[in-house]
Amino acid sequence: MTDLNRMIAGLGLGVAMTVGALAPAVAQETIKVGVLHSLSGTMAISETTLKDTVLFLIDEQNKKGGLLGKQLEPVVVDPASDWPLFAEKARELIAVNGVAAVFGCWTSVSRKSVLPVFEELNSILFYPVQYEGEESQRNVFYTGAAPNQQAIPAVDYLMENEGVERWVLAGTDYVYPQTTNKILEAYLASKGVAPEDIMINYTPFGQSDWQTIVTDIKNFGSAGKKTAVVSTINGDANVPFYKELANQGVKAEDIPVIAFSVGEEELAGFDTTPLVGHLAAWNYFQSVETPENEAFIAAWQEYTKNADRVTNDPMEATVIGFNLWVQAVEKAGTTDTDAVLDAIIGLKTPNLTGGVAEMLPNHHITKPVLIGEIQDDGQFEVVSETDPVGGDAWSDYLPEDVNITADWTAPISCGNYNTATKTCGGVASAM
Amino acid sequence: MPVIKPFAILMLLLGLAFAANTPSLAQAPDAELSTLVDALGPGSFKDRTAAIDALTQTGDPRVVPVFETLAAGDLYMVKTSGKVVFIAKSGAEQALTDPVTNADLDTAAKSDLDKVKVNNSLRRTLRTAIGQLTLLSPNDSVRLAAAQSILRDADPDSLELLESAIANETDPTIKATMITARAIIILKLDATSLEQKRAAVPLVAAIGGRDALAQLSAALASAPDELKLTIQSNIDGLARDQAAWDVAQNVWYGISLGSVLLLAAIGLAITFGVMGVINMAHGEMVMLGAYTTFAVQETIRQNAPGLFDYSLAIALPLAFLITALVGIAIERGVIRWLYGRALETLLATWGISLILQQAVRSLFGPTNRQVGNPTWMSGGFELGGISITYSRLWIVVFAAVIFFALLLVLKRTALGLQMRAVTQNRRMASAMGIRTPFVDAMTFGLGSGIAGLAGVALSQIDNVSPNLGQGYIIDSFMVVVFGGVGNLWGTLVGAMTLGIANKFLEPYAGAVLGKIIILVLIILFIQRRPRGLFALKGRSIEA
Repeated sequence: MTDLNRMIAGLGLGVAMTVGALAPAVAQETIKVGVLHSLSGTMAISETTLKDTVLFLIDEQNKKGGLLGKQLEPVVVDPASDWPLFAEKARELIAVNGVAAVFGCWTSVSRKSVLPVFEELNSILFYPVQYEGEESQRNVFYTGAAPNQQAIPAVDYLMENEGVERWVLAGTDYVYPQTTNKILEAYLASKGVAPEDIMINYTPFGQSDWQTIVTDIKNFGSAGKKTAVVSTINGDANVPFYKELANQGVKAEDIPVIAFSVGEEELAGFDTTPLVGHLAAWNYFQSVETPENEAFIAAWQEYTKNADRVTNDPMEATVIGFNLWVQAVEKAGTTDTDAVLDAIIGLKTPNLTGGVAEMLPNHHITKPVLIGEIQDDGQFEVVSETDPVGGDAWSDYLPEDVNITADWTAPISCGNYNTATKTCGGVASAM
Repeated sequence: MPVIKPFAILMLLLGLAFAANTPSLAQAPDAELSTLVDALGPGSFKDRTAAIDALTQTGDPRVVPVFETLAAGDLYMVKTSGKVVFIAKSGAEQALTDPVTNADLDTAAKSDLDKVKVNNSLRRTLRTAIGQLTLLSPNDSVRLAAAQSILRDADPDSLELLESAIANETDPTIKATMITARAIIILKLDATSLEQKRAAVPLVAAIGGRDALAQLSAALASAPDELKLTIQSNIDGLARDQAAWDVAQNVWYGISLGSVLLLAAIGLAITFGVMGVINMAHGEMVMLGAYTTFAVQETIRQNAPGLFDYSLAIALPLAFLITALVGIAIERGVIRWLYGRALETLLATWGISLILQQAVRSLFGPTNRQVGNPTWMSGGFELGGISITYSRLWIVVFAAVIFFALLLVLKRTALGLQMRAVTQNRRMASAMGIRTPFVDAMTFGLGSGIAGLAGVALSQIDNVSPNLGQGYIIDSFMVVVFGGVGNLWGTLVGAMTLGIANKFLEPYAGAVLGKIIILVLIILFIQRRPRGLFALKGRSIEA
């Protein structure tokens, strides 16, 4: 371990010396930006796209003349879908490479693993994926959706437009679905849904035999009340799940399924004709027709030299996070962490769906909530769009969190502040 | 100028038929109808629902194709004029057709057109509307479809129409469907009399299954008190039937899961069970079989799309050959040096499995590959209260065929005889003139080939990804150990027992806990009977 560290340090020294030697020739200092996304292992499918997105954004920014008169320089590392390795690589980016900010992480567990590193070394992380909430950390900006920006509006849509009275909450057995379902259960109870009208079902990662569960859903749906499935099923397991729904003839008109983790990329794998009408809730869809989005897709496809390259929600979150960071650095006039942390609160940037994303004091952003129906070409048709909603770090529907709020501006400056007792519960999250 | 197409004439005839049947349904003037159709374009989903209702009110048969196109999501609006049109691709442009007069209009670029959006509730509204508009159609099958869609949604507004349709109906099947639909509506409405409702209850209960249960449960809340008891007893009766069917359903699901386990494990029953090689690369043989199916389907898609339904039949021998060859190569290259050294074999084959996974990942990419279901493997049917999907049914059949074919090879062929001889007593077999190295290679090839066949079947129900095999390796070992090492019948019984036990536990314990309970039960069982269900007796085990 010490040997390894020494080696990394040595390597860093070597790199620093090389850079030092080259500096006069380049005659310009660069601002380094860290990219912490898995490029191998199970998460590589999703995260590689985000690495490309950051490189694309840096390229665009450099064409515009860089930042503070300096060029941006990406530093890409590969944490290999290995959660403890995320912490090591984050440390390497900050301590050895001296990056000004890091864009990275996908799964909640990888984010949790790097939190202490960012706190200790006082750097900045932009996290671009929808997550379960219940967290707000001084050094992290959450540009993906909190549960109130995805799950709750999705349930509202089904209640109002489809008249759903009975709910199946189906998810993969890990932290994001469990926490989301806990919040949804409390929310549905507050809307007067009886406990016997809620069925909760968890399955292991990679579940492939969905026969019993789909039959259970059909049985649950035959109680004379309109039934819907809220799916937090993640990853691979979705394909056999949707196949089984189609084979057993569960139609979207009868029992609609609304998913929070199924996007354009997941649907690229199979024929969606039997699934037309099933839903997904996100803050962005590739099919949104705005000039900003069309320009972005065109520039992205040109950069990647692939006219079929799809875009998705976490990509948009990365774009928003990057633009906010650029603005904050320009406002602060420096890349110094504390100055940027102060400067970024309240900044606004246009998102790709025609609205405005604002960085809130709780380090979450405002986002519109879009509900899309699956089409036979694997894209989504937007059937509902809300005004931008502010991300809520601590859910209002969990009894233990009602009085908890996050506010990183003076005088509170706390991610876990109890408004009743006026105390700060801890600098990081409660978990 | 408007071109009259055969379709338009048909619609006209339909319209006449309508006019003859029901004087209230008339054909609206073109201009009026066009305005109503154009109202579908702009506004929110609520506006569109109102526009659909207005169109349904006209009763004009020309509305039906508009509705059908809209429900399919193929109706478009011209951005500049707001006119709603049918489109058909013609070159780079879209050829536009007037939905009311069927006149050809200009062409337009796709970017000048807005799709008229539909959502689930609109699709339901359209289904009912189409049902109402075609309920009096002279065509039997159209009328039956209309009656069925009214039955599904049971919109109370359809009652009057339904009454007149029932009065005119001559076909007994269609009439029965209509009467059932009427019964459901009667139960829904408050205005209908108690006698009408009382008569309706048994009709609805006669639908049977979940549908009847859903309708009666919904009716129970609003029913008059005198009727509640009758409805409740009907619900109880249906629920009892349903519970009985659920048991049968679970048995079927258990057999289906058991046959998947059997397929995955049967190759291992040869390599591990008969030869005693702990082959950790077994799952990767299954994965290779699945990727062979993918490669075959891709080739067919590009060269001969008409053969797609035969893709599995073509993939089967290829998958067997490829995986058998890979298996023989592994046996000749690695395993034969390690006979009798279990731990080294385990590590070496595990290494091979990683190499194979990474090779496939580099060759085909890390993402899931799409393997399509041929039409004869898509969908499902209901057998009484059991829903059976074709893909699972064929896999059960396939597993049974493979099992008995393998049994035949082992018991009735020369190679099978030699295999058994070599595994029972290698030196004696060798002394009798059997080429033991050749038999070893063939046995391992056979086991691997069968794993490849399993891969073809599993590609139909699971994700085809480089990790496919890992999901099955533990289950396969579990089945072989539980069933008894070295006994094919044991593998069969073991797979079915585990499958059925799993499916009976799942509804009560959930999928996660169910798996844990099964594992604990197996551990306890192995404690009592270390050699599994069907232990081989004799010297071979100790050797």
